[in-house]
Amino acid sequence: MKDKLQQKKQGKHIIYVTYIFTGLFVLVIGYYTYFMLAQSRDVINNTYNKRQEVLAEHVLRGEILSADGKVLARTIVNEDGSEIREYPYHEMYAHVVGRLLKGSTGIEAIENIRLVTADTNPLDNMLNELMGNKNIGNNVVTTIRADLQKVAYEALGDYRGAVVVMETSTGKILAMVSKPDYDPNEIESTWAELIEDKAEESPLLNRATQGLYPPGSTFKILTTLAYIRENPLYDNYSYDCNGEISYKNMTIHCYNNRAHGEENLKTSFAKSCNSSYANIGSHLNLDDFNTLCEKFLFNRQLPFELPSNPSDFSLHTANSSVKEAMQTAIGQGLTLMTPLHNAMIAATVANKGIMMKPYVVNQIVNADGNIIKKYPSKEYATLMTNEEAKILSEMMREVVTDGTGSKLKDMDVEIAGKTGSAEQTNKPAHSWFVGYAPFDQPEIAVSIIVENKGTGSQYAVPIAKEIFEAYFK
Amino acid sequence: MFFITICAAVGGGMVGIMEHLIATLAKYVMTILITVYTYYSFRVFRVKDKKGQNKLYFKMTAVIFVLHFIGYYILFMEIKNQKLIWLYLCEAALFLTIILVYQEIYPKISRLLLLNMVMLLSISFVILARLSFDKAVKQLIIVAVASLLCIMVPHAIQSFPHLNKYGWIYGSLGIGLLLLVLLLGKATNGATNWLNIAGISIQPSEFVKILFVLCIASMFSEGTNFIRVCAITVMAAANVLVLVFEKDLGGALIFFVTYIMMLYIATSKPIYLFAGLSAGSFAAYIAYRLFYHVRVRVMAWQNPFGLIDDEGFQMSQSLFAIGTGGWFGLGLNQGLPTSIPVVESDFIFSAIAEELGGFFAICIILIFINCFVMFISISLKIDVAFYRLLSLGLSVMIAFQVILSIGGVIKFIPSTGVTLPLISYGGSSIVSTIVMFMILQGLNLRDKSDMKMNEKEIEYIN
Repeated sequence: MKDKLQQKKQGKHIIYVTYIFTGLFVLVIGYYTYFMLAQSRDVINNTYNKRQEVLAEHVLRGEILSADGKVLARTIVNEDGSEIREYPYHEMYAHVVGRLLKGSTGIEAIENIRLVTADTNPLDNMLNELMGNKNIGNNVVTTIRADLQKVAYEALGDYRGAVVVMETSTGKILAMVSKPDYDPNEIESTWAELIEDKAEESPLLNRATQGLYPPGSTFKILTTLAYIRENPLYDNYSYDCNGEISYKNMTIHCYNNRAHGEENLKTSFAKSCNSSYANIGSHLNLDDFNTLCEKFLFNRQLPFELPSNPSDFSLHTANSSVKEAMQTAIGQGLTLMTPLHNAMIAATVANKGIMMKPYVVNQIVNADGNIIKKYPSKEYATLMTNEEAKILSEMMREVVTDGTGSKLKDMDVEIAGKTGSAEQTNKPAHSWFVGYAPFDQPEIAVSIIVENKGTGSQYAVPIAKEIFEAYFK
Repeated sequence: MFFITICAAVGGGMVGIMEHLIATLAKYVMTILITVYTYYSFRVFRVKDKKGQNKLYFKMTAVIFVLHFIGYYILFMEIKNQKLIWLYLCEAALFLTIILVYQEIYPKISRLLLLNMVMLLSISFVILARLSFDKAVKQLIIVAVASLLCIMVPHAIQSFPHLNKYGWIYGSLGIGLLLLVLLLGKATNGATNWLNIAGISIQPSEFVKILFVLCIASMFSEGTNFIRVCAITVMAAANVLVLVFEKDLGGALIFFVTYIMMLYIATSKPIYLFAGLSAGSFAAYIAYRLFYHVRVRVMAWQNPFGLIDDEGFQMSQSLFAIGTGGWFGLGLNQGLPTSIPVVESDFIFSAIAEELGGFFAICIILIFINCFVMFISISLKIDVAFYRLLSLGLSVMIAFQVILSIGGVIKFIPSTGVTLPLISYGGSSIVSTIVMFMILQGLNLRDKSDMKMNEKEIEYIN
């Protein structure tokens, strides 16, 4: 009897335990389903997932398209059933669209799984599979505008260097060019040659995201910001330039040793006076400057889908000398930047101090044209106040109206920017230009570098001109 | 009828169509088959008459063999290894033997549990043959030996009169074995829970599981006053602590939860349940702060892709496998399960999900639920405290291990390094699981013959 009572009593609790465990089981099934429905598509689209070859056996790889609908990459099926990946624009998109053979790079790499996933009607897919046909993979729509890419590509011409064009309010990359380049259609046959790289050109390198260069005078944008933050009375800055400045045994020259005379902050910037800025550099709080630059993503991974190299900056009160500070303030010294990073900084000034995350993939559509996934524009951070952005933008405007960027003065659209000539020992300088337009309601920012040719105004600025002309036609 | 149609379609389809078509078709057919099996396994609970149940059991048996055959057919088509044919024949023979022999010796055995066990074993064999032929052979031998030796187990449970009196022996033996491993064991994959005896690796904690449940059931069946509870808790805690020191976190967790559930049921006081779970959470938190290897697992669970080069690699690959497999799988031998470290044991579920698909994987979970429900229904029927606690303890232990194992590979919870019962490769795990299943079968039988005895006694008295 006692046994029976105990059995009944315990039985009740056994039922409760059953509920608990059944509940846990159901949670496991529920999470599994949630993962499959909500997360799996994004999770599996990872360059570490090597299963794309299996998927590619059942799905025809999709196309990569420009924002204006041009086909940048597609798979051609031959009569005998073999497939070839074709890049209709040959070298023009080599680095941003990337390639599949001999290591996958660019958008081909980062959207690899999506391109061999067919998000069309599952029932149709199943029937196709059973009949032995391949389903058609999703297409990737990029932010790149084919018309601008063409202009940038042709404007860079035979020079080595990079061009980045960004939409300032969204972070969309409208063009990304890197030269020297290669034709991804010929990668198999030219591989040995490309690797040997007799001419030391690094054609496989995406200079826009991974080329590290001394920023030269374009860095004065950040030097100015640092100075303004430390000196609320920056308006009172004055400097008398006689073409050079010395500190101990080091002398820094202005370009062509030109003496700029009496200058304030604005004119120092517009004329890109090295002496004046070296002077500013010698008085800055270096730790604060370091913090500012790191906030601006120096020594950090850029928030960009394609692989990029972090820009390099280092100045500390403790172990950096005044000489280093002066060199760094004018964009020489140990500082190194990528063209993409420089574009982001110019775009931040244009965008009232808010840095947007750059991105190059806009959306994924299935073979029927329905949008599967949209990548929205995202803010990275607010890096300067509205006020600060206004001051810098006015200074950048004066570079064009009254300074080293005067080649852009006579255009219909008002441009603001900064030139740079990064000196190289025993070689011509790297030629930089960063800027944006229109000045009062900015739409696009550009960052251009031409390697080893001369001044920013002579080589980079004309390229910017062509790009702005094409955009604002 | 529907059933024979499927078999005919399958049979007809097999003969002389392109390999590609067969492989693709097989994906869908295998999913349908296991869904059918799962449906039947639950239907058995609703059908009360013997004849109806037997009909279902017959269909379920047929599905097991067809599924097993299709699996090996595809593998043979893909891998073209002659030895696969021998492996298949041995396995099919083993399944037939198990089903026939157990039913012969124990006419009243739970056919549902027997068939579920065979079904899960068959899935295990197919996927192991795909992953590693050698491991599949080893697993087969161990299962064969274990299932033959375990024939005695249900009888032993039925007849040994005083199983409940040896609480202290079970307990000391259990702790003793665990300590032995702690002192002499070798570390594999971060946990020191393996012993190497004459070239064979065994995991004593798998067997201690059974001793532990026996011990706790025995002790609680003698009384549940507060003093006893404290004493027994101390003993259980000792077991758990030794496992924690061996870094067998999954094992420690399983022992702990099993104990709490048994304590709760034995005393019928919910307060013990809440106290136990709170204490457990607190202990888990302490373990997190104290042990680096716990933090590593939590990190890998929170952000596997950010840590993909190191701590998160296994979890990331597991999710790639499950995600890429989709609902119907990539097909046997079509995926990349070998990219997952330890895929044959702890992460075998990911391999199944990758190649056989999400629906298939969920059906496996449902089959385990089915077993659990059966275990509970056995527990409820038992009228003697010791056996009831024993039954409940084993039920909870197996169920919780399944939840930990599967939950860990889908990133529902951090990975705890436990195998999936009956499916993962691993001799100790499989043997102890089969023993547990057979103990439960024995308890099921014991109840039935007990009933018979009571009826006879009542007749006699009357």
